[in-house]
Amino acid sequence: MKHLLILGGGTAGTMVANRLLHRLRVERDFWRLTVVDRDDRHLYQPGLLTVPFGAATPDQLVRSRRRYLEPGVELVLGEVEGVDPARGRVHLEDGRVLPYDYLVVASGTSPRPDQTPGMAGDQWRRRVHEFYTPDGAVALHRRLERWLGGRVVVHVTEMPIKCPVAPLEFTFLLDDALRRGGLRAGTELTYVTPLDGAFTQPVARERLGGMLDARGVRVRTDFVVDRVDDGRLVSVDDREVPFDLLVTVPVNLGADFVARSGMGDELQDVPVDPGTLMSRAHPGVFAVGDATDVPTSKAGSVAHFEADVFADNLVSYDRGRPMTRLYDGHANCFVESGRGRALLLDFGYDAEPLPGRYPLPVVGPLSLLAETRANHWAKAATQRLYWNVLLHGRPVPIPSRAPRREPAATRAAA
Amino acid sequence: MPVVQIRERAVHVDDEGFLSRPEEWDEDLAKALAEQIGITLTDRHWEVLRFLRADYAERGQTPTTRRVDVVGGVPVKEQFALFPRKPGRKMAYVAGLPKPHGCV
Repeated sequence: MKHLLILGGGTAGTMVANRLLHRLRVERDFWRLTVVDRDDRHLYQPGLLTVPFGAATPDQLVRSRRRYLEPGVELVLGEVEGVDPARGRVHLEDGRVLPYDYLVVASGTSPRPDQTPGMAGDQWRRRVHEFYTPDGAVALHRRLERWLGGRVVVHVTEMPIKCPVAPLEFTFLLDDALRRGGLRAGTELTYVTPLDGAFTQPVARERLGGMLDARGVRVRTDFVVDRVDDGRLVSVDDREVPFDLLVTVPVNLGADFVARSGMGDELQDVPVDPGTLMSRAHPGVFAVGDATDVPTSKAGSVAHFEADVFADNLVSYDRGRPMTRLYDGHANCFVESGRGRALLLDFGYDAEPLPGRYPLPVVGPLSLLAETRANHWAKAATQRLYWNVLLHGRPVPIPSRAPRREPAATRAAA
Repeated sequence: MPVVQIRERAVHVDDEGFLSRPEEWDEDLAKALAEQIGITLTDRHWEVLRFLRADYAERGQTPTTRRVDVVGGVPVKEQFALFPRKPGRKMAYVAGLPKPHGCV
C-alpha cells in the first residue's frame, strides 16, 4: 500500500486529496491518503476581502477541514517541524513521525510583516493594517468604521503575493465605500507598488489602466520599500510616501518548515517543475497551490487546475510512466471593482489575460476583462461553488487548459 | 519577434526591447545594452549579470531582486545603486533575459 502525505488542508491540499481519491477509486488502487494541518479550520480566503467592509465576519468563512475531505482521507492535526526527504519522513512538533512514499507540500504562503523594518512595530493594527488574515481583516474593519478622512495608502511590499489582484480590489472597494459614506472627498487615496504599473501585463494595462485614474487614486510605481517609519513609507532609493492609514500587503513567505527542511527558495516556496509540479531537488515530492514557485498567480483557481493534472501525473509516476499532463499556468480570477461590478481575468504561463467570454457552468458565459454586474454576482456565487463543488475534486465543466492565445509580443510582431 | 541591430548585430527582442532569445547574448552585447540605458559596467555589475545568467540557465526564470539579494549576495539597496530606479528590469535587460514576471 502506498502512502501519500499532504502537508496542508487548505484549498490545494483538500482538492488534491479528494481528486486523487476519486482517481484511485476508478483505478481500484488502494492507497493511504493523509492530510496534515495544525487545526480543523478551513478558511475561504477570498472572503477576507469583504471583511474590512463589514460584508462578512471571519466565522462565516470558516468550516471544518475534516468535513470537506472525502471519507477515506485521514486528517492528522499537528504542527510540522520538518521534512526529511532523504528518508521519506515528516516530523511533527509533538514528536510524531509520519513516513510517506509520496509527499505533497500544500502549506500555502503567508503575510510576514516582520520581514520589513518598522512594519510590525507598535503601529501594527493601529495605523498599519493588512486584510489577508482574519484578525487583520477585522482590525481593519474597526479602523475603517472610525475613518473620518486623511491619507490612505494601499501598498504592495513585494511580489509574488497571494491573490495578486486583491490590493487593487481593495482599493476599488474602499473608494466605493468612502463615496457612499460621503468621505471620499476628504480622503487622499494612493496606491504604491514595486511593479512598474498597477497592471503589468500589456493587455490588462491597456484595458484596465484607467481604472485607478478614473477613481482619483494616485499611483506610485517602482517603489521598493526599505522601511516603515512613523507615518511614512520609505523606499530603498529614499522616496517617501506619508500616510494616516497604511493598508499593506506584507512580504509573502511559504511555511517556515519548508525553509527548515532545506526545501525552499528565497521566499520559502518549493522550486518545482512548472509542468509536473514535482520538486526539482527531491523526486517523489510535489508542491501544489501557493507553496510552489511556479510563475503564475497564487490563487485558488490555480490550485484547482493543478489538482486536475496532479492526480493523473502521480498515478503515471507511480507506475514508472512519464508524466504527460503538464500544468500550463492556467489561472482565472475575479476582480471586484466596486459599485456592484467585477471583472474576470483568465490567463496562463504564456497567455495574457485577454477579452472575450468565459464558459462558467450554471451562471453562464461571463465577460472577460470587462466590468459587469454578472461578474460580481458570479464572484459572490463562487463561495457556494467552492464549498459545494470545487473542494470535492469532482470534474467540473471548466476548461483546465489556459486559453490558446499568443502573447502580446508575438501578436505585435505578426 | 522584431529584430533590431545592436552594434551591427541582429538580435531578437520583444515589444519592450528585452532580448527574446537569451542565447543571442554575450558580454559585448551586454556592454552595448548597458550603454543604451546609460550604465557603464563595473566588476560589481558583471557579478550581478553573471549571477542572473547562471540562475536563469538553471531555473528558466529571471531572478527577482530578492533572489539577487538572498542567493546572489547583492543587497537590494546596492542593486538600486548599480541599476538605478528600476533594477529588476534593467538587470534583466542588460543580461539579455526576459522581463521579470508581472502577473496582471
